Amino acid sequence: MSHISQQPDERHPMTGNRMDSGDDTGFERHEYDVVVIGAGGAGLRAAIAAHDAGARVAIVCKSLLGKAHTVMAEGGIAASMGNVYPDDNWRVHFRDTMRGGKMLNNWRMAQLHAQEAPERVLELEEWGALFDRTPEGLISQRDFGGHKYARLAHVGDRTGLEMIRTLQQHAVSLGIDVFMECTVTDIFKDGDAVAGAFAYWRETGRFVVFDAPAVVLATGGIGKSYQVTSNSWEYTGDGHALAMKTGASLINMEFVQFHPTGMVWPPSVKGILVTESVRGDGGALKNSEGNRFMFDYIPEYFKSETADSVEEAEGWYADKKNNRRPPELLPRDEVARAINSEIKAGRGSPHGGVFLDIASRRDADFIKRRLPSMYHQFKELADVDITAEPMEVGPTCHYVMGGVEVDADTEQSRVPGLYAAGEVAGGMHGSNRLGGNSLSDLLVFGRRAGESAAAYVQGLKDVRPRIVADDVRLAARTALAPFAIENGGENPYTIQKDLQDVMQRLVGIIRKAEELEESLEEIQKLKDRATRLSVEGHRQYNPGWHLAIDLTNMLIVCECIAKAALERKESRGGHTRDDYPGPDDSWGQVNLVLTLAGGDYSAPVDLEHKPLPQMPDDLRELFDQ
Amino acid sequence: MGYDLRLRVWRGDRSGGQLGDYSVPVEEGEVVLDAIHRLQATQAGDLAVRWNCKAGKCGSCSAEINGRPRLMCMTRLSDFEESETITVTPVRTFPVIRDLVTDVSFNYEKAKQVPAVKLTPRDPDGKRRMMQVDVERGQEFRKCIECFLCQNVCHVVRDHEENKEAFAGPRHFLRYAELDMHPLDTHDRRKLAQDVAGLGMCNITKCCTEVCPEGIHITDNAIIPMKERVVDRKFDPVTWLGSKIGRRDPRDEV
Amino acid sequence: MSYGVRSPGRAQIEQKTLRQDRWWLYPAVTFTVFMAFIVYATWRAFAGHDYYSAPYLSPFYSPCLGSCVKGSSDFGQPFGWWPLSAALIVLIFPLGFRMSCYYYRKAYYRSFWLSPPACGVAEPHTKYTGESRFPLILNNIHRYFFYAAVLVAVVLSYDAVLAFRDATGHWGHMGLGTLVLVVNVVLIWAYTLGCHSCRHAVGGRLRHFSKHPLRYKAWTLVSKLNANHARYAWLSLFSVALADLYVYLLAIGAFSDPRFF
Repeated sequence: MSHISQQPDERHPMTGNRMDSGDDTGFERHEYDVVVIGAGGAGLRAAIAAHDAGARVAIVCKSLLGKAHTVMAEGGIAASMGNVYPDDNWRVHFRDTMRGGKMLNNWRMAQLHAQEAPERVLELEEWGALFDRTPEGLISQRDFGGHKYARLAHVGDRTGLEMIRTLQQHAVSLGIDVFMECTVTDIFKDGDAVAGAFAYWRETGRFVVFDAPAVVLATGGIGKSYQVTSNSWEYTGDGHALAMKTGASLINMEFVQFHPTGMVWPPSVKGILVTESVRGDGGALKNSEGNRFMFDYIPEYFKSETADSVEEAEGWYADKKNNRRPPELLPRDEVARAINSEIKAGRGSPHGGVFLDIASRRDADFIKRRLPSMYHQFKELADVDITAEPMEVGPTCHYVMGGVEVDADTEQSRVPGLYAAGEVAGGMHGSNRLGGNSLSDLLVFGRRAGESAAAYVQGLKDVRPRIVADDVRLAARTALAPFAIENGGENPYTIQKDLQDVMQRLVGIIRKAEELEESLEEIQKLKDRATRLSVEGHRQYNPGWHLAIDLTNMLIVCECIAKAALERKESRGGHTRDDYPGPDDSWGQVNLVLTLAGGDYSAPVDLEHKPLPQMPDDLRELFDQ
Repeated sequence: MGYDLRLRVWRGDRSGGQLGDYSVPVEEGEVVLDAIHRLQATQAGDLAVRWNCKAGKCGSCSAEINGRPRLMCMTRLSDFEESETITVTPVRTFPVIRDLVTDVSFNYEKAKQVPAVKLTPRDPDGKRRMMQVDVERGQEFRKCIECFLCQNVCHVVRDHEENKEAFAGPRHFLRYAELDMHPLDTHDRRKLAQDVAGLGMCNITKCCTEVCPEGIHITDNAIIPMKERVVDRKFDPVTWLGSKIGRRDPRDEV
Repeated sequence: MSYGVRSPGRAQIEQKTLRQDRWWLYPAVTFTVFMAFIVYATWRAFAGHDYYSAPYLSPFYSPCLGSCVKGSSDFGQPFGWWPLSAALIVLIFPLGFRMSCYYYRKAYYRSFWLSPPACGVAEPHTKYTGESRFPLILNNIHRYFFYAAVLVAVVLSYDAVLAFRDATGHWGHMGLGTLVLVVNVVLIWAYTLGCHSCRHAVGGRLRHFSKHPLRYKAWTLVSKLNANHARYAWLSLFSVALADLYVYLLAIGAFSDPRFF
């Protein structure tokens, strides 16, 4: 390409990437076929797939390579390999997933996911992952909430770390370019189609332009919009907001998963995840009266497969054929709501949670072997020895089911050239995600997105979309706006804190119309305040500035969540309305689709109803059993 | 419960810098990273600090606290006296970018030099079999969160900038050991570990093990076994002869 | 010239370390104890006398292969022509074993060579090549010293067994000296078998523990000793010096050996 200047000697000190600068817009510029935003499980898998399909690929990520949120995943990767229970197969996994999502899932995505997950896991092994083994030497599989059979391939309780390291090492060995600590702020279009992306280096504050006809969003979730969350600072909904601004749509945004067990004390670690494996491996939830209260919260929908007595629940760990599962292993939404009710009823633990007890139920060696990082985490951060005393846990914002509306087979959004995979994509998990299904989601749809992006670019031949120079200048001006406000501007940290407070208080686990209406007003006020954001210092590694940019994304996402939550007048999965306590069949056939008129982020979000795609009969039969 | 913590934080960049004194209100149960965040949110909005998970799982917030390489998120304030001044500096082995953030690209460059795993073909049923006891050693090394504290504390590069060229560091010795112990890998990287990664420069003074936040026995379980494996390949005439006439190592040297 | 932690590009901090704890304690103690041992051992090894008091032979002189005093040579005197102390003939092996031991290497690199004196404390040298060149590359032959050290430990065990005879050669005796030699040889074995080279040889070099269950078992046991290698390195260092001192004191007649039976 003629507008790429050649100064190959100049290298970025952080990444070793080229630092070309001389072109008509004055910014460093790179040309690729596919740009993947995000280097978690989905991003890395997409990049690998696109590379294998022959595309020139770049990964652009906000953090260092290998630090993405995937490392936080603990329990495992759900895949019906049948290594522990030969009866398991993709149909059972598909059924569990749909039921867990209260049938609001995109059936085709759930099908592809269940069918392809086993091979994706074996692929990881091929690239060096060392999973825990069965006595026969196969990949071991563990029990998790909502899964009929022990199905989660795992490595102790650090499966996410294993997954990201494996993908990272494989991507590095393929020589894929990685732009680390580089944040994308805009996606460019040429007409209707994607033409490239605009980013800044966190280190220097310098801008980068990527010429690329395909962009894969793999940016993860939105958890940082809540006060109590298991998510890191990166989870500011960048991909969701970028998709909206680019003209794509979001679905299912009202469904936010609150993981039932997060740490509640000390305050500085409030929200940090306590893996579901604790319950899968025998942990029991108890209230301050010492009762296993989950037996009081078994919903009609899951009665037939849940133990109704302590004896049966205890029997299940050893004999799964003749006993039903303990209610602690109900899907996450059920458990989170139950814990929430117990705390509200005054039967909580001293620090406002409930007790999760594995100490009195399993011996110390077992706990340390099966749950090493949990042991470590409580020992180091809370001075609690989980082999000797119960943990205190409470719900924490963990995952957003909603995301970019994509085609089930190709992961393409409404915008040609724009793809989404992983948490940022919507549809796969319906109204509630089962534990273990996210890691497999990343792999299955990461690969599909990468492959279809590469195919799309090959299909373009020589007619590539081109970035409009004015768009680049506008993107730069927008990004730098916070520096232009001199005195009396708003502090981004304060707005973020206020936003988290609004979301936690008004759009939390239990919602009602008045509060949601109030939240929308509050969000609008914060949006107005955010137009006067100002930051101190200069552009070099300035976290205040970075947050100011991320904030605009968080505000769009929060508005989407609140708006969709207000609209959906029923309770289902990760969306619970105090004023509409039960599920409603007519709502069970509807997705709420959100768009941003003209891609203008200051404009209000548009919402429309869209009927759910209909499952073919051969799959529907699976639910008649 | 809460008190005002006296904090000294290094502020600056490549052109220079100094320790700045601050006073930050802190609460019970907090860690150093909380104090740094409060400082950032209330007094120094542009204080550069790298962090992600705040749970000791991602290895981003490496720094030196009172001169000791630690993760800021896993260093509890209760480990210090309330009257004590806590000094936080960036890690001192890598070039500083700004404030507490350093350029750790050294580690990523070295990672590129390790040849990837290449396994034997799958079993006829499309799966692979490995026994738990055979993967356990590698699993210990794969607990590594790449905080690079071991790379930072290692005097081979910390005290000798010129060695960075020839020395990959403890984190990558973990990787060599993991791959060499992999039950199904087909590559022999022992010569590479000595000649390219600079295993011979390690004098096993164990600081890497001392600072590892994951408690990996880097020296005893990875570096020393790897050194012994290199001896098998390069220095021990008997095992060398054995590999020529007796049972050959089925792996390909890379 | 600025080097090390003050190299160009790194955060400019004047202090060579910001550690406030007593990081110098470990190298200082190690240095002092090792020096004391070296001084003592040198004196005793070169002395060439007062190393045998029937039935006890000092571990420094075992096996006594030079022209040794009567009763002390259980393996003959092939080096009868050797003009110097008999200890020098055999001491090279345990000395080489300990000098090339992975734990002692750590200890002396830190305490004697200050490379580094402690973690996060700058070392005083401007150049460093580690064990990649002569002479330190010779540490790679540790395993051969290990094989020799096993033989030495066998001989010391034999000595400890012989200490169950009385001064006239009759079995069924045990004195305080017997106990000293037995404790010493137990600690020597714990140190020798916990060696990293031993751990490698018995099973560590394998890639498939599952195919070699016995060697895996052996590796597991050696690994347990190995985890305490530093402790046994110190304890056996003390015990060997004490055993020698005990024999010395008996030999010069400082007191007589308390007899248990």
